[in-house]
This record gives sequence, C-alpha cells and structure tokens, in this order.
Amino acid sequence: MSLLTQLARAPLSARFGLLIILLYVLVALFAPLLAPYGETQVVGDGFAPWSGQFLLGTDNLGRDMFSRLVYGARNTLGIAFLTTALAFLVGGLGGLVAAIKGGVIDQGLSRVVDILMAIPQLIFALLILSVVGTNATSLVLVIALLDSTRVFRLARAVAMTVVVQDFVEAARLRGEGLWWLVTREVLPNAAAPLIAEFGLRFCFVFLFISALSFLGLGIQPPTADWGSMVRDNAVLITFGDISPLLPALAVALITVSVNFVVDWMLHKSSGLKEC
Amino acid sequence: MDKPLLEIRGLHIEGHYEDAWHPLIKGIDLTLQRGEVLGLIGESGAGKSTLGLAAMGYARDGCRITGGSICFDGMQLLQAKPEALRKLRGLRIAYVAQSAAASFNPAHRLIDQHVETAVINGGISRAQAEREAVELYRVLRLPNPETIGQRYPHQVSGGQLQRVMTAMAMACHPELIIFDEPTTALDVTTQIEVLAAIRDAVKTFGSAALYISHDLAVVAQMADRIMVLRHGKLVEEAATRTMLSAPQQDYTKSLWAVRSFRTEPKACPQQQTPLLEVRQVCASYGHQPVLHDVSMSLYRGQTLAVIGESGSGKSTTARLITGLLPATAGQVLYDGEALPADFRKRSKEQLRRVQMIYQIPDTALNPRQRIVDIIGRPLTFYLGLKGKAMRARVAQLLEMIELDPATFMERQPRELSGGQKQRICIARALAADPQLIICDEVTSALDQLVAEGVLKLLNRIQQQLGVAYLFITHDVATVRAIADEVVVMQRGRVVDQGSRSAIFTPPYQDYTGLLFSSEPEMDPDWLDHLLAERAALIP
Repeated sequence: MSLLTQLARAPLSARFGLLIILLYVLVALFAPLLAPYGETQVVGDGFAPWSGQFLLGTDNLGRDMFSRLVYGARNTLGIAFLTTALAFLVGGLGGLVAAIKGGVIDQGLSRVVDILMAIPQLIFALLILSVVGTNATSLVLVIALLDSTRVFRLARAVAMTVVVQDFVEAARLRGEGLWWLVTREVLPNAAAPLIAEFGLRFCFVFLFISALSFLGLGIQPPTADWGSMVRDNAVLITFGDISPLLPALAVALITVSVNFVVDWMLHKSSGLKEC
Repeated sequence: MDKPLLEIRGLHIEGHYEDAWHPLIKGIDLTLQRGEVLGLIGESGAGKSTLGLAAMGYARDGCRITGGSICFDGMQLLQAKPEALRKLRGLRIAYVAQSAAASFNPAHRLIDQHVETAVINGGISRAQAEREAVELYRVLRLPNPETIGQRYPHQVSGGQLQRVMTAMAMACHPELIIFDEPTTALDVTTQIEVLAAIRDAVKTFGSAALYISHDLAVVAQMADRIMVLRHGKLVEEAATRTMLSAPQQDYTKSLWAVRSFRTEPKACPQQQTPLLEVRQVCASYGHQPVLHDVSMSLYRGQTLAVIGESGSGKSTTARLITGLLPATAGQVLYDGEALPADFRKRSKEQLRRVQMIYQIPDTALNPRQRIVDIIGRPLTFYLGLKGKAMRARVAQLLEMIELDPATFMERQPRELSGGQKQRICIARALAADPQLIICDEVTSALDQLVAEGVLKLLNRIQQQLGVAYLFITHDVATVRAIADEVVVMQRGRVVDQGSRSAIFTPPYQDYTGLLFSSEPEMDPDWLDHLLAERAALIP
C-alpha cells in the first residue's frame, strides 16, 4: 500500500494530527519569514494589547508575542524532538542488543539502567545540569540519557518476546551478524510499541524541559521557549487576558496531535499482526 | 424413533475478520439421537469447532449466528435467555476442550474446579459431589482416584489432565458432551488411554456425544456416525463402517488415501563416510541430563527419521546438531570432520551446509519481510547473489516448491496459508544449497492433505538435488512414508534403530512395538482389538 492510499484511509483524528504537525514543522522551518519582528527584539511597551501592529500584543519586556511564539516552535520543538530521538537511539538500540545478546551484556546494561533509574529524574537532571552548566547541548544530552533508560526497558521487554521466535533462531543459525539481527529481524517486529512510546516520550520531554525552564535550568532567556513564556507573562491572566495561555495551548495542541498520529500508526501495525 | 436430543437446522454462522463478515458455516443440518456418538471430521477452517460450540447455543467472540435453528431436547437455544442457557451448559451439555492445560485454572485444585458446576447449578452437597468425582476418576482409570483431585493442574501429566477434564464434563451426567479434539495434543501412547477412558465413560453414562477431530482413525474408534465437513458445508454423512468402507465423495476419498503415500526405498551406501555422524553424545539442560549416549549416522541423499514421544530428546538432538545446545560429551561429525559444538564458532560454509525447517511455519518466517526478502537473504548471504540474479534464483526456487513466482514474490507471510508458509521455509532452506536439511516436525502443524503435499515435495526435491534429511517426528505414518533409516528415541536414549524395512518388520523391539501399535488405524475395531491384546499380555 502506498503512503497516499494509507493517508486517504486514515481516520479523521490522525489526519488532523498530521496536519497540525506539518503546520508546526513549517512554522519552525520558516520562522524568520513568518515572524514580523526578531526573536529577542524589544519593539514596544510591556504588555501591549492585541493590535494591528502587534498581532498578539507584547510580553512583559515589550517583545512581540506572535514572533516569540513562532520562534518558540523552533526551539521547543527542535530540542524536544532531538532529545527524544537521541533517547530512542541510545535506549532502543541498547535494549535490542541486550535482548539479543543476553548473558553478561544484558546483565551489565540492565544494571547500569537500574542504577540510573534509582535516582529521581528531576533531581538527577538538576544535579548534572548544575555541574556541567546549562546550555542547549547539555540539556539535550542529559534529558536524552535519563529518558533512554525508560526506552531501554521497554525495548528490551518487547524484543525479548521477538528473539525467542524461530525466525530469529533461523537468522542466527544462518550466521547473521548483530546489526542484521537488530535492524532486520527484531526491530521491525518490535516497532509498534516503540512508536507509541515515542509519542508519549516526546510529550514527557516537552513537559520536562518546561519544568526545568521554570526552575531556571532549562532553555535560557532570552531564547523564546513556550514553557518560560507562560511563566513570564502569567501576571496578565489576572487581568483577564488570555495571551499567556497561547503558548500553553500550542504545547497542548502538538501533544494531542502527536498522540493522534501515534495511535493511528499503532492501530495499523497491531492490526497487521492479528491476521 | 424417539425425538432427537439435538437438532440443528440450516445453521449459518459468520465470522468477523479483515473488517468484514465472512460465512463460516453455510447451512448445516445435524441430528443427534440420545446415546449416539457423532464424529465431525474436517481440516482446519472447516467449521468443526464453530459447529461444536453452536450445539451449546454459543458463538465465539467475533462470530455470530445468522440463521437456522438449534433445538436441544425441545428447547430453542437461539431464542433462550442467557440464564437458561447457563443452566443448560455444564448440567445437561458439557464441553471438553483440546488443551486441558489451557482450560484449567492453574491456581485452584482439580477437585475444586470439578465440583463447582455440580454444587452451584446441580444443587447437590459438596461432599456428595466429591464422592461422585472420585467415582468418575475411577471410571476414567486415573491413578489414585481418591487423592488425585487434591493436586493442582501442573502436578498431573497431560494425558491425566485431559481425563480429569472429561470427568469434570461428566460431573452432572450431561445428556450431551462435546469433545473438541481431546487427544490431538497428546502422544500416541497416551492417546490410547484417553480414548479408551472416554469411550468407556460415554457408554457407562449413556451420554450422547459430538466428537470433533481432524484424525479420521481416531474418530473411527469413537463414533457411530461420521459427518465430513469442508469450508463450512457438509460433504458426506454416513454410519462409521459405511463411511470407511465406501466413501462416496472425491474429497472424502482423498482424505482416506492420504496415508498410502510411500517413497521408494534407497539402498544404503555403507562404505562411504556418513554425511552426518552423531557419536555418543550426551547433553543436559542445566543440571538435568536430557540426552544419554546418543549415536546416529546419516548418508548422502538419504532420509533418517528420528521418532519418539514428547520429551524423548529428538528435538534436543536437532538443537545439538545445529550447535544451539552444546554437548557435554561426544561429538558431531560432518563429512568426517568434527563440527564445533557452538554454532557461533562454525564457519559460514559449515553453517550453509546444514539448514533447518521448523515445526510452526508462522513463527519461522519474519512477518515483516516479503517472500523475496526471506528466500533472497540466504542467497545474498552465502552465495553473494544480488539484484536481478537474486530475483531470478528466488523465482526458480518458488517454482521448485510449486508456488507461482509472479503471485508470491512480493507477498508477506501473513497472506499465505499454513502449507504455503511451510513451502516458503523449504525454499529458504534450499536457497543456501545445503547438503543436509533438518526437518523438525515439519508436518505436525498442517492438515493431513496439506502435509502429504509437503512430504511429496520434500521427496521430489531429494530425488532432484540429492539432499539428505534428518526428519524428526512423532508420527509413525510419516516415518513409514518417507524414512530410509529410522532411529527410535525414548527418554533421551536411542532404543532402536535400523532401516525402514527392518524396523517395520516384526518382531518389534518392546518400545517400538508399543509405539507402532498405538498409532490409530482406519479400522473401527482397532481399539477393541488392541486393548484386548494388551489385556491378554498382562497376567
């Protein structure tokens, strides 16, 4: 089945989700073209109301809200996506290798993961970030490492049920190497739960970054970030202005959309498995 | 004649799969008198089990009864209220499932599960129910009938559990019992005991029974009358003896003829080095020894059949030869050279020469790969074939296994039937151009007609390519059909071996004789004769 026919058959929720994701990606990619002002440019008075000049008003320092929202897509989405992808690369690969190899390698990797998971995630992240200093790179690496432990456990558990099947044994007896076993035999059959986890993980990372930003260790100002934008402008809510809730709405929308799409993919792949 | 106990008229049942309703049972009539045993025969997917469940007025999840009527002793089951049906099931109609192990709750004692229905629905006291249970255990010839009920399901053997389940079905003296393949999962020697026990019990209590099985010889022992089903329709119906001696329909005749397939025996070239020699091998799982001093040899182009019941160590021997399980003593020689015990230490060439075909083709094929990838991978991996050359060879192999390349090349395993999948497994093994193929129960998961086709295919390939087979099976008929040499295994030891003609000519060695005589025959008196013979042997 081609991609187009699959899309045509997708349920409404999935199509909606895909549309929103596409929209976000476009906004993130073409942020400088879409935003009327610069990301950190002070263009007017603080807390200016919505107007023709400032589409969604200005924030506490007089920066254009709409522009920051657009740039925020780029930063928040980019970092969350990068982090989740990295977590899956490390944790997923580790989990599959542990399941396939078994024995000492499995024990070793699993115990390291146990140790990392024994320490509360937020506290651990705060600890490391305050040691290595806060910048985008270390933020991505630290969260990816911590989240990869969760991915590792899931990948290992799912792969365990696959590696005992005869076709994996057949491939082993053929003399196939580890890379073939991981990418061709086990991963395609373990993909469905991992894809579902990707959607959830992506949202968790989003929230985690926001939590860290709130504590001052996340994405650093003046870089636009939806999490800190809510906090910076929270005062406005008391005056009945909904502008500060817009970044939160953006977070909610992408979260729901990602999960719509993931649900659909999961349903599709599990449906194939049944018949 | 009395009013029949069960009367099914024009039954239609549909099943939901692939987003649509498909007919499973297409208008079947069935009449069962009191005390009569009716055999239902057919291959998988013929609708036997669906019909069996419908006799209780039940349709499985994803199935619906769309037409017809089911009348049990004057009561219309399709119009009956759920409470009425619940009272009926267990009390007046009972069901014995194929896998007793999966049907018992492992957390409760057997006796507790046994008396449940009788006490709740039958309105008798617990003590009385237990007394009756012990009596039933005695009728079904279970060991220690007084105490066996105190055990948990995992503490008794598979054959005993199947008999406990039969006893449980009879707890309320039902007028109708539905047996759904009750002996299919059992070894032949155990099957005899269960069959004899079931037959006695049915006679003792005068219950009517529906006996569902794919094994004609078994049904012939149990049933007064046989119905042959195919694709949800009735093919033929007749009294057992008439049916066996004079089947009318072509399909029925083909079912009867399945067991007549024989390969031409090949002369055994004793002088040359054996292709494979297993020399005094011992092996264990952990501290539990499973193989004791096993030796066998296989010559080029020959078929060596290893036969034994479950737990005899026949599959373990295969694992040992392939290098999945290291031997604790002895060695495996290939063409006179010792093979490394661990397959990871074997060279690509050594791995290429020995290929394997598995019992269950569904799990032996990667569901995420297309057929061309599955068969093409060994070609690329061992022989370096790529692109067009690889596709051409895959097409050639598909033709060899009698599947059309244009249709099947791009398909995925789930789009294939069981027999077709097993053929793909054969093609994958052949792709490596091996000299030896280990066939581990390759026909056990297939219907008889399909299995026969696979055996014929394997035989033709052997004649064309001169490949040797190590054929592991529990089925005497298969061994009789294809083996050149036979090895009989019991409890991890080789108890008998020799050429096919020598093994199948009396006098038999003790265990071999027991195994062979336990294989059901198409004679409705076979079980009686066998039991009489065995009884005569015991002084």
